[in-house]
Amino acid sequence: MPVSQSIRDRAAIVGIGQTPFARSLGRSEYDMALEAILAACADAGIAPSEIDGTVRYDMETTDEEQLLAALGNPELRWFASSAWGGGGSASVIVLAATAIAAGMARTVLVWRSRARGKHSVYGQGAHQGGRYWERLGTALPGPNQWHVPHGLVSAFQEMAMIAMRHRIEYGTTEDQYAEVAVAFRAHAARNPNAVMRTPITIAAHHASRMISDPLRLLDCCIETDGAVALVLTSAERARDLRQRPAYVLAGAMAGGGHHIRLSTFYERARRDDGAPRAGRRLWEMAGVRPGDIDVALFYDFFTPLVIMALEDYGFARAGEGGPFVENGGLAWPDGRLVCNPNGGQLSEAFIHGFNNTAEAVRQIRGTSTAQVVDCELAFVAGGNTDPTGAVLLRR
Amino acid sequence: MSVQRDDILTRGVPLPVPTPDTAPFYEAAHRGELRLQRCAGCGRFRHYPRPTCPACLSRDHTWERASGRGTVWTWTIVRGPTLPAFESRVPYNVVDVLLEEGVHFVSEVLDCAPEDLRAGMPVEAVFVPASAELTLVKFRRRPA
Repeated sequence: MPVSQSIRDRAAIVGIGQTPFARSLGRSEYDMALEAILAACADAGIAPSEIDGTVRYDMETTDEEQLLAALGNPELRWFASSAWGGGGSASVIVLAATAIAAGMARTVLVWRSRARGKHSVYGQGAHQGGRYWERLGTALPGPNQWHVPHGLVSAFQEMAMIAMRHRIEYGTTEDQYAEVAVAFRAHAARNPNAVMRTPITIAAHHASRMISDPLRLLDCCIETDGAVALVLTSAERARDLRQRPAYVLAGAMAGGGHHIRLSTFYERARRDDGAPRAGRRLWEMAGVRPGDIDVALFYDFFTPLVIMALEDYGFARAGEGGPFVENGGLAWPDGRLVCNPNGGQLSEAFIHGFNNTAEAVRQIRGTSTAQVVDCELAFVAGGNTDPTGAVLLRR
Repeated sequence: MSVQRDDILTRGVPLPVPTPDTAPFYEAAHRGELRLQRCAGCGRFRHYPRPTCPACLSRDHTWERASGRGTVWTWTIVRGPTLPAFESRVPYNVVDVLLEEGVHFVSEVLDCAPEDLRAGMPVEAVFVPASAELTLVKFRRRPA
């Protein structure tokens, strides 16, 4: 079997579950993870005892041992984690599908639980929250020593520099950034689970305060608490379960530059970076093109990064992502490409991309609050300035 | 040249912990020199310091004195939130400098108002003590 076909159509997402999303829930990440996991199992009609595989994010604080201890000790025979935080948010699905395709597991649980916003700080415990960057020590033995001492301390500042470079090269505008924020907020207004539901205008975007040039407040993902879990199983078994399966048509991962270390990020040409390479392999495995996609879930940590992802994954040519989003280009229901119809991480919740993956499943099922009619193909990408991955789900 | 800056000496700024891989860089900076790893096989410079050349995989390298000159590749103005150690300096710039040696270097352009920052702006390295043992490499504007 060619590598390009190795996981094609072998697995499906059959259960989704989540907690409420809020600025602060005052709960541990452990507790939220379990609520989402039990909901996902119930949604699929699968007992937790049937779980024989797990995949988690590397940054997830609820590990396999704690999970087993809380789920009645299912007999795990395969477990893995995806690297690179939000960059791995689609890679977790690739890893789960790979385990199923290889016969190493039959029923794989994937989850992400986060209480990492500014409102989440309520303790120093492992499952208690807060902004990661506010916990940086004063001694830097690792590679962050090359930028933190100059005051570049967090992802939004690092992304600001990458967004600025895109602006320098292509003249991307504030109006184009605003188009992304406005469209996703309009989607969130329809979604009762979304945290930010009040519609905004381009003018309101421009009036929001500058955080780190060129990023304004409304260019940034929101800070929330919440958890999302998914259950995957084989394509054969999926057909007999409770929900319409979201088949994993294709998936790809690609190592690449990392936004945190610009000194190496800019060593390679952009077309050779992780996201463009993952995209090329994804389209090859799926046998479809970007123009065939019904709905896209980009890793919307910051508005200009959505514009860049459109280019990285071939929906627009380099430099044409900005014009692509103009005039409601990403908006449900009539945009060029409906993106993040849940409101995304800009307006629904910031669950490290996993709330977007859950929305892709709802679109395939036909149960979204901003449903694309006859949605057959959904695209989901991880953070595009990290080692990353992407998946295509089909009906 | 070495520049004393009380704001950068402020206590609580997170600082590098040199390792055997990086100590030559910091020792040079403390003397007022910008030294970068240069591959002894293919001659390419690299930064940040690594055990091997990403171009030819040679493990042999020298620590060569760089010109200290470069241009601003990209930048941001941090307006907050940020760490408490940097709050007194908001708004401040962070820049990615493309050095003449072809490598990127993240730092700050001193004495440059936010509205004066430009892509392609010519800059040169200055050396700013951040503690008794450690000196940071910053930049200032230079004539083109």
